[in-house]
Amino acid sequence: MPMFLTDDQAVLRDTVEPFMAEQAPISHLRALRDSKDATGFARELWAHFAEMGFNGILVDEADGGLGMGHVEAGIVLEEIGRNLTPSPFLSTAVGAVTALKAGSAEQRGHWLPGILAGTTVAALAVDEGAKHRPNHIALMAERDGNGFKLTGNKTFVAHGHVADLVIVAARTAGATHETSGITLFAVEKGAANLTATPERLADSSIASRMAFEGVHVDADAVIGHVDGGWDGLTQMLNAVRTGAASEMLGVGNGAMAMTMGYLKERKQFGKIIGTFQALQHRAAHLYAELEVARAATLKAQQLLDAGDAGAERAVIVAKAMTGYATQLSVQESIQMHGGIGMTDAYDVGLFIKRQRVLGELFGDSDFHANELARLSGY
Amino acid sequence: MSEIETFRAEARAWLIENCPPEMRQPVRSDADICWGGRNPTFSCPEQKLWMDRMAAKGWTVPDWPKAYGGAGLTPAETKALREEMAALNCRNPLASFGISMLGPAMLKFATEEQKVLYLNQIARGEIRWCQGYSEPNSGSDLASLATKCEDKGDHYLINGQKIWTSYADKCDWIFCLVRTNTSSKHEGISFLLFDMKTPGVSTKPILLISGNSPFCETFFDDVKVPKEQLVGTLNKGWDVAKYVLGHEREMISGMGLGVTSVPVSDVALKKIGTEPDGRLDDPVLRARIAQFEVRAAAFRAMSERFIDEVKARRAHPAQPSMMKYYGTELNKARHELLMAAGGSDALEWESAASREGATPRAWLRTKANSIEGGTSEIQLNIVAKHILNLPGA
Repeated sequence: MPMFLTDDQAVLRDTVEPFMAEQAPISHLRALRDSKDATGFARELWAHFAEMGFNGILVDEADGGLGMGHVEAGIVLEEIGRNLTPSPFLSTAVGAVTALKAGSAEQRGHWLPGILAGTTVAALAVDEGAKHRPNHIALMAERDGNGFKLTGNKTFVAHGHVADLVIVAARTAGATHETSGITLFAVEKGAANLTATPERLADSSIASRMAFEGVHVDADAVIGHVDGGWDGLTQMLNAVRTGAASEMLGVGNGAMAMTMGYLKERKQFGKIIGTFQALQHRAAHLYAELEVARAATLKAQQLLDAGDAGAERAVIVAKAMTGYATQLSVQESIQMHGGIGMTDAYDVGLFIKRQRVLGELFGDSDFHANELARLSGY
Repeated sequence: MSEIETFRAEARAWLIENCPPEMRQPVRSDADICWGGRNPTFSCPEQKLWMDRMAAKGWTVPDWPKAYGGAGLTPAETKALREEMAALNCRNPLASFGISMLGPAMLKFATEEQKVLYLNQIARGEIRWCQGYSEPNSGSDLASLATKCEDKGDHYLINGQKIWTSYADKCDWIFCLVRTNTSSKHEGISFLLFDMKTPGVSTKPILLISGNSPFCETFFDDVKVPKEQLVGTLNKGWDVAKYVLGHEREMISGMGLGVTSVPVSDVALKKIGTEPDGRLDDPVLRARIAQFEVRAAAFRAMSERFIDEVKARRAHPAQPSMMKYYGTELNKARHELLMAAGGSDALEWESAASREGATPRAWLRTKANSIEGGTSEIQLNIVAKHILNLPGA
């Protein structure tokens, strides 16, 4: 598989690019933010995504989807990133859809139609502390009648307060740091003893702290096998980590594009500031970092789509590298804009906030670099 | 099975059958690199065997046409072959400036007679080429070069000096930039080929900080060059030169970061050891290595992407500058880490145990990576101007 978009993928990009720029530009984010919107995204836009077919990209054709792959999902996510579009696409159309692949036909029949129609929103309840540590899951799921009782806390659950479906990683056996004994559950909205406290984040998106105080779920809420959820969790996380990498690429490249535009128009000392070599070299270095990150991300997507054993490593590299590259991009963008970059009225500041959230989501660059070392045996 | 999968399976079977086990070990020093030439040196008989077998198969230059010593493979087949060689840890059978730099330019600019003659020699590893580009007063500003070339009717007469000529003292022929018109900077350069044994050519190795002398000063005193050894059009050599530079930058970008190089973490584990939980017993170095490995792996993906884009004619013409910049800075970082991992052992300069200071000498050698073939700063200038379209100063 050559490392560039196929003709079909390029056609998809040429559809998504104008769609997002017209339907959900940065002004859309500002409108939601300034109106103190409590949902965290626009439901009409989510339905519009469904009409465009985006929600079914990763859904198998047998389940009514398009049966495409992570490269295609990444095309949508990159434009979401470039336009800073608030959307449950990543958690729902990438995360939950991937998790449900390990589930039963009944579960898919129950959840996928709503996702495909743009009426269902899903959230992923994985993290329990300030840092992503999926191998430290402590939320307990104990046998309870015909099902399980969930007790514990989750945090940093994007869209958790409005989700119709919450994918919960819980412990059914083993000690906190063990990977065996994890079970994935599909928890429905409105379950008794479940509270979601929405918290506004720096980028004005909303993530919830979720308290499970003896939440009963039936046995058919189990996705895959009891105690054997680690593989399903890993697959779901690999999908959303790669997706987050794509979204970050959009953020990083969007910020850079704004900045290059600014370097070509702003004048100081009677000169366009883009003529200064001090800035040119930093811009060229940034370009290189973003290109390398793009390659790493495409590699991860292609290997995930091919079911290649090397995908796990490639995902780690993609999330870590896009973290490095896009963090540099948003920092340099503010610095090169100077004072105007610090103002709320100017869009570049929105990019640094979004990048920070995406960088942290499902493991930051440090987490993934450590994983790479661990996998390599040092 | 699709055609490409059939090719892949056959290539793999052939490599397993024909690549000697010695040639499937990581490259540990310069002696492990095979350069061919009129007076080749081989570290072991298997090195020669491997080069000859690959050359006979056309696989030293798999994507060149068969008439010029290649195998005429498609981009997809070339990629599959490269992937299979990497998977089996097969060494590069022939390192050659002829393959990586001169060849692509010849394919584009040379006459049919020149291609048949020179490219076949390159493919078989018979002639080792060096590059006559930099001059004492023309470094980053390469196009200011002044080596004089006069038209003497039936031949050209060359007078002048080159510097930083890699392996000039070991090479058989040179591809050389000369000044054929002094009234125009860029439109007065020509691209010549000649034998280093031609009377009037002399070389003087330059002792570097590594204690080695991979570069030479090269002097031309009344060197007569037959006119049919001009490549391309007279005074249009800068176009050829830039094309070669693009390929040189590609080549340098990949140095030391290939899959056959020893992982830094292996060296660190061996020298430093582990904590009880198996982690390297130097947490800060471990983190630095991990951060480097993220970038190195990402850059390998970038190299793959770049090659695919070049083969499909989708790459931006200035993209080799980005590759050269990133790859060389990464390789320097790798060697800094190798020095840190090696500790005081990596400081030994002459001992047998250190293979005569292989680690520190290689470390110092890499400092030239971001200078040769155009400095990092020149590459950033090119990216800023041609890719980012930032205005001129």
